[in-house]
Amino acid sequence: MEPKPKPTPLAPVHEALGARMMEFGGWWMPVQYKGILDEHRAVRSAAGLFDISHMGQVFVSGPDSEHFLNALLTNDVSALRDGRGQYTLLLNKEGGVIDDLLLYRLSAGSYLLLVNASKIEEDFEWIKSHAAGEVSVENQSDLWAGLALQGPEAATILARLLGPDVPLPSRNSISSLAIPNGPVLVARTGYTGEDGFEWFCPAQTAALWWDKILASGSDLGLLPCGLGARDTLRLEAGLPLNGSDLSPSHTPIEAGLSAFVKLGKGPFTGSNALEAQLRDGVTRKLVGLMMPEKTPPPRPHYPVLHEGVVLGETTSGSLSPTLGRGIAMAYVPAACAEPGTQLEVEVRGRRFPATVVKRPMYRRPPASAAHH
Amino acid sequence: MNIPAELLYATSHEWLRRDGASATVGITDHAQHELSDVVYVELPKVGATVEAGQQVCVIESVKAASDIYSPASGTVTAVNENLGGDPALVNNDPYENGWIFKLDLAPDADLSALKTPEQYAEQLGQH
Repeated sequence: MEPKPKPTPLAPVHEALGARMMEFGGWWMPVQYKGILDEHRAVRSAAGLFDISHMGQVFVSGPDSEHFLNALLTNDVSALRDGRGQYTLLLNKEGGVIDDLLLYRLSAGSYLLLVNASKIEEDFEWIKSHAAGEVSVENQSDLWAGLALQGPEAATILARLLGPDVPLPSRNSISSLAIPNGPVLVARTGYTGEDGFEWFCPAQTAALWWDKILASGSDLGLLPCGLGARDTLRLEAGLPLNGSDLSPSHTPIEAGLSAFVKLGKGPFTGSNALEAQLRDGVTRKLVGLMMPEKTPPPRPHYPVLHEGVVLGETTSGSLSPTLGRGIAMAYVPAACAEPGTQLEVEVRGRRFPATVVKRPMYRRPPASAAHH
Repeated sequence: MNIPAELLYATSHEWLRRDGASATVGITDHAQHELSDVVYVELPKVGATVEAGQQVCVIESVKAASDIYSPASGTVTAVNENLGGDPALVNNDPYENGWIFKLDLAPDADLSALKTPEQYAEQLGQH
């Protein structure tokens, strides 16, 4: 029997808001409050607040931590200055993805790894078992709660909450805030394709910060948002979900994440396999798919075909609330991965056209990006 | 939840409005609420012969696809084409503009297995 899903520190808040709950990555999480479409639109047009307490915090520290992490992760750790973060991947020896994560350099020899909920234990064990030199690895996931404030109004809302004397971090940066009810680590990152922040605070202060942030933005259209909207937002933004679009049987090169793989920095776990793929080319690639309006929405594990021949299956899929049409991701042979290639997605035995498109499938129009 | 008094109900949350030898079918207010945002309705084919309890079409919300069952046996005579352009009618007006299909009831159609509004309310735990 599966163990009972863990509640986050915000479980009573979700219950009071009448959220629909589901198990995700071993956690008992809100899927939606008012409705996925309203929540999705709030994030695209104003802002949304998500409980991301299910995500894990692993701290790596010690004089050898940079060297150690650089031999473990795909991105170049030495490129990080204090307070800066990077998207990176943890691979097995074959180059397959164990997890994708955000790595922050808090200070010299002190790093925070923000990892996926379902991978906390696996990542922690893997990192610990590979630890070399003077390095300490600590899993503090149960001590921290996480809130993601995402959307074009996110910076306005946070500035209201923190006041004029607290500077907000810049994109991909993290700040440690010494404020009452702190400490708080706030990073300008997210999983929605919008500007926004990820806010990490001690678990016992989660409900307090949740209420304060909501109160600071409710007049601007800020809504509490669940995992349903989180999934449609990240899919529109072309961001892969580990366990669906990323897995140990695919490398980051196949997943189109070469920008986060720095082979020039020296060897790291899985780098041999990736070097061979970059030299010889990959046989399969993760592509974005877009379907015409008024066709049924694609979902994970639907067959993908080219000229009637099954090529693979969708790894993610949904109606795109912003585009009003189905979007999906799928691994297809490299020969069918060029944008514009006409494929088909099979829904309940019927085939519907799907065009290979560049990821992200949705990008915020630049004209409206800075209307404040 | 709204449970109109003049309709009959299936345990699987469809409603049926009888009009002599024909009937109109949709899903209940409870069902649309549970599904949440309806984004696609795969309608049955006009002319199709259906049995009571047979899966006849699919309603998709953002999160999931759900099977819809015919509450009675008969022949599909019309489908609500407006749902193609505006599937949210199922959410916003489940008993009127959000209807899904119309049936000519089979001569031996047996509606006695369907629930009265009171019985359906009891099923939902509304007393």
